[in-house]
Amino acid sequence: MTTTPAAPKAPPEAFVRPPQELRTKKSSPFPYALLTPALAVLAVLVAWPILKLLVTSFQEYGRAQAFGAPPEWVGLDNYVEVLTSGEFYAVLARSVGFMVVAVVLTMTLGTLVALLMIRLGKAMRMLVTVGLLLAWAMPALSTVMVWGWMFDTRYGVVNYLLTQVTGSDWAGHSWLIEPLSFFLVLGLIVVWMGVPFIAFTMYAGLTQVPVETLEASQLDGANARQRFFQIQVPFVRSIIIVLIVLSVIWDLRVFAQVYALQGIGGLYEKTSTLGVWIYQKGTASGDFGFAAAAAVVMVFIMLLISLYYVRQTLKEDD
Amino acid sequence: MAASTLTAGPTAPAAPVVVTTKRPVPPGRIAANVLFGVLGAVVFVCSAFPVYWMVSSSFLPTNLVRATVPTFFPGSDFTVDNYVRAVTDDTRADFLPALQTSLTVTFLTLVAALVIAFLASVAIGRYRFRGRKQFIVAILVVQMIPGEAMLLTYFQLIDGWGMLNMVFGLTILYVAMVLPFTVWTLRGFVTAVPVELEEAAMIDGCSRTRAFWKVTFPLLAPGLVSTGVFAFIQAWNEFVLALVIMSRPESMTLPVWLRTFQQATKATDYGALMAGSVLVAIPVIVFFLFVQGRMTGGLVSGAVKG
Repeated sequence: MTTTPAAPKAPPEAFVRPPQELRTKKSSPFPYALLTPALAVLAVLVAWPILKLLVTSFQEYGRAQAFGAPPEWVGLDNYVEVLTSGEFYAVLARSVGFMVVAVVLTMTLGTLVALLMIRLGKAMRMLVTVGLLLAWAMPALSTVMVWGWMFDTRYGVVNYLLTQVTGSDWAGHSWLIEPLSFFLVLGLIVVWMGVPFIAFTMYAGLTQVPVETLEASQLDGANARQRFFQIQVPFVRSIIIVLIVLSVIWDLRVFAQVYALQGIGGLYEKTSTLGVWIYQKGTASGDFGFAAAAAVVMVFIMLLISLYYVRQTLKEDD
Repeated sequence: MAASTLTAGPTAPAAPVVVTTKRPVPPGRIAANVLFGVLGAVVFVCSAFPVYWMVSSSFLPTNLVRATVPTFFPGSDFTVDNYVRAVTDDTRADFLPALQTSLTVTFLTLVAALVIAFLASVAIGRYRFRGRKQFIVAILVVQMIPGEAMLLTYFQLIDGWGMLNMVFGLTILYVAMVLPFTVWTLRGFVTAVPVELEEAAMIDGCSRTRAFWKVTFPLLAPGLVSTGVFAFIQAWNEFVLALVIMSRPESMTLPVWLRTFQQATKATDYGALMAGSVLVAIPVIVFFLFVQGRMTGGLVSGAVKG
């Protein structure tokens, strides 16, 4: 359920012109009829699973129940177990720590690339655009496999290049068997996949800053750094915030990359992030109640973070 | 050409004057441009190299893939053996059934999501009604619910309906997955078509339905295409749900199939794995280049205004 960081957006006029409506009678049932299929899908495949998840989180639901024994109500026991287990906090800290580093790197690099694209001539900008598009378009699984291959212990190109550049022998160095370097590789993958979207969006935003304002400030003696922080950044402030919120959510949710990279390296326990950990808890121990409670906590955290994004997006509608 | 030869004579003497009035580019400026050019090249290499490496490795013979000194360009050793092995190796799940499953699931998701989202986007883009705001909030919130946390619930749900390892089971999950953003995106395209056009057609004697199909719908076509492409890419790339729902070798989708190259018992055949990765990535890269112009504009225009 990873959201492509690239939902196509409507042409700008959509937000310039106020929403229009056909002059219909207020009580017309027609719009409700149009909404029915979408509502049915969301009710059956989103609302109902969430309800089921909530119910399970209050139950003792283990192997026996999976084979038909009636589940037993245990009140808040699962939540107490989740919130008092050191493991949960370790995983949460790991996920949040990874997220913070990844978001800072993605945002910084993305912004720098956007600023660079503004300065470049047409041909070079095209070249950079093509490179970024290639990185953006790669499916997550193909990406992990390629990076896994580049970081391969024996035949990987990274070890070869490091040996050539540093002079010391990197041949046979395993990157994925140690948590720290595992997260280094994971971070490279996530940042590599994330930078294009940030760069393109920031570029589109920064090119909307009026040239006159920038020129005026230049005449007043502002240097590039002052122009960036005092004119460009305030102008694209709300874009930056939305991008940060989206990156935070995507990097906290990271699943496919972690899961596939664990498959390559064989290191599981110390590298799981929230989603992967919940999944492994549920499948390995069969303790669905515990996993459900942890999942509810995760959903709750995500919704809390996305509140700002929802509010900001609703503004577009008015 | 002819015009410039004609005017060349009289303007020639003025040329030196033009040159001298042009301010010379300061050396610092040139240095900066060179620096930016170099940085641009670095960005290009960093973002394109992994893709190049995937393609390049996929055309290398095994003895060069498994070599201590990597080969940076296949050259005369170019071979398609890896592709043959990736597709025909029968110790893993087969390629063709996976391709068929992926195509079917993706196509069904695309069609169902577009139809359902189109109806909903017309409702919220063209009408004001009680509950409209609540529906929009629901769409945005649903988009933020981490499906990863709910894998086991989805497994139980689909299992309970007896639809594990069935195309239909995975498809309905994908429809629910892509629906929020397809509705939200299409709604933007719907509100961008001036309602006056439709009204004018109605004054000219069209019925409302006819006015919609003849006037508004054709204008929405580009929106439907690019939204559809993104629904396609999401469904095609999705890995986690497919891993849980389609676990049998004969019902795997392509991303899950890609994972079967890694087996605990033997060394990974990286040449074939890269060939497989290329096969999975090609349709997405093609479609991405196809819609690239439409990708970020909206977020920007909305956010700058707020």
